[in-house]
Amino acid sequence: MTSIPQQVNDRNGVAVRCHGVTKTYGQGTAAVQALRGIDLEVRTGELLMLVGPSGCGKTTLISVIAGVLGRYGGECSVFEHDYKQMAKVDTTRFRGRNIGFVFQAFNLIPTLTSAENVAAPLMINGTKRRAAVNQADEVLEKVGFDRRMMLSFPQDLSGGQQQRVAIARALVHNPRLIVCDGPTSALDGETGQLVMELMRRLALGKDRALVVVTHDARIFQFADRIARMEDGRITQVENPPPQPTSSPTTS
Amino acid sequence: MNFIALKMLVGDRAKYIGIIIGLTFASLLITQQSAIFAGIMTRTFSFLTDAGLPDIWVVDPQVKYIEDIKPLQDTQVLRVRGVQGVQWAVPMYKGSLQARLLNGTFQTCVVIGLDDETLIGGPPGMVEGTLSDLRRSDGVIVDIAGARGKLAKVLPDGQRVPLRVGDTLELNDHRAFVVGICRITQTFQANPVIYTTYSRATTFAPQQRKLLSFVAAKAKPGQDLNQVCMRISQATGLKAYTCDEFKKLTFIYFLKYTGMPINFLTAVALGFIVGVTIAGQTFYNFTLDNLRYFGTLKAMGTTNPVLLRMILLQALMVGGIGYGLGVGAASAWGLLLGGRTQIAFRLPWQLLLISAASVLFICLISAALSIRKVMKLEPAVVFRS
Repeated sequence: MTSIPQQVNDRNGVAVRCHGVTKTYGQGTAAVQALRGIDLEVRTGELLMLVGPSGCGKTTLISVIAGVLGRYGGECSVFEHDYKQMAKVDTTRFRGRNIGFVFQAFNLIPTLTSAENVAAPLMINGTKRRAAVNQADEVLEKVGFDRRMMLSFPQDLSGGQQQRVAIARALVHNPRLIVCDGPTSALDGETGQLVMELMRRLALGKDRALVVVTHDARIFQFADRIARMEDGRITQVENPPPQPTSSPTTS
Repeated sequence: MNFIALKMLVGDRAKYIGIIIGLTFASLLITQQSAIFAGIMTRTFSFLTDAGLPDIWVVDPQVKYIEDIKPLQDTQVLRVRGVQGVQWAVPMYKGSLQARLLNGTFQTCVVIGLDDETLIGGPPGMVEGTLSDLRRSDGVIVDIAGARGKLAKVLPDGQRVPLRVGDTLELNDHRAFVVGICRITQTFQANPVIYTTYSRATTFAPQQRKLLSFVAAKAKPGQDLNQVCMRISQATGLKAYTCDEFKKLTFIYFLKYTGMPINFLTAVALGFIVGVTIAGQTFYNFTLDNLRYFGTLKAMGTTNPVLLRMILLQALMVGGIGYGLGVGAASAWGLLLGGRTQIAFRLPWQLLLISAASVLFICLISAALSIRKVMKLEPAVVFRS
């Protein structure tokens, strides 16, 4: 099992900086304030988990960080790039080059094979299909896929396998920030542990950062820091619980 | 990204086939109904098409279309011949006469009387006999559809025997001897067509003071047809049309005074509506079903112009296939039935273009709905489970 650092290296740079971020959905009496002045920094080489009860604003915050949500208050910059200073199309291109996504529902395109799904971010960034699929095959090998599985369609794979494809897709274009929304929510405990282990092993690097939104207390141990949210605010940033002594069983 | 777009499209087999079926049906209906309409309208001036040589037709000024015959004096032929720029002018008779069949029944026939000397304006193709056989006593040439169909002899046992060379007919109480069988363009009324000489036709026809239906003329080489027509009109007080003008006059008459355009337009519109509703709705549903994946692609860095191209490519792909299948089916239908039945089917390249434009329009309408949805989609949707 990959070792899980308990301390964040302060010498690392800042990957994400949020200052006074607010977000309100709706207007007038129907308005719901999802974020109420978030101040947060995510450093490079760090896996930060955002945890908290449903409706506390985790997903809204990760959406702001990932640059997929327009019109918010405050400032949010990723690797010194402030979304508000960028044109919409530049934000989209910035996401394409610098951000990898892992979704709770995987969001793999069902009509593409695993390899083609993984190749999608490369194709979005202009890589030719054949080269992109070859590169995708290499990343899928790293997540333990054989040739047959690479050619499988998502619906023919188990939940754990689908999430491994999603992780490969998030990593294939070497993004500097990876955002994961409930990466283990749809998985059983053991598979969840394996997926997180894989993410730490493959996704974390000196100049990379991971932001993971989760409810799943069983994976808190994989975090470098845990930011607890409640009612649109970060109430506490803490270190994770100690690393378990035994490794999860691999299947 | 084109690859992803196409795989998204063809991967959803049920919707992909549904969209193609919708577009095929729309394309088939639009093409087939337009082609039948074009075929029928072409039949309205088939006499002019078959006449061939004359490029000017001189008629009474009150004539509204080709069947609207207002007889002229025979001397008008001489007057037309005397107009500057006219190479030749011949008399022509066209009228409906009753033919008495062997079984005693009567059949209305179109009798065309050709200039006795030149036989100008005769049928475009002979199946049996020659045009000059018309010079034989009481000679007539019968079109093959009429000979096999309405003029066929019905034997006592009910069997139909086609009219042949050597058979006789009774035309308005006059003996007519079949000297040839010809092939002509199907006429609008679908009555048998009988060719004979002008003088004999006027014998067959009921006695009237004037029997000349048209003066068919040819301009001298290098003459401006419109100028010659104008000179003929000025010299004779009649109306001279170029062949194309006369066809157009007839075409417009049928457009204006018959219910055909609206009937066919309704069928074409139905095809269009079917296309928009079935293909458009299915395509839109396809987009809705894939909205999450479009959102995912958007989140992963696909720009709106690229998504726009992807959707347009999907729409054009199904449009191309649907159009090809529809036009292919319409053409096959026309080829299979056109030669064997009375069905009028004419598919000029202009109709193919109209059909293509209609299918393209359906695709663009379908795509526009989907594009709007995807363009407005906020990529944050991907985080909503």
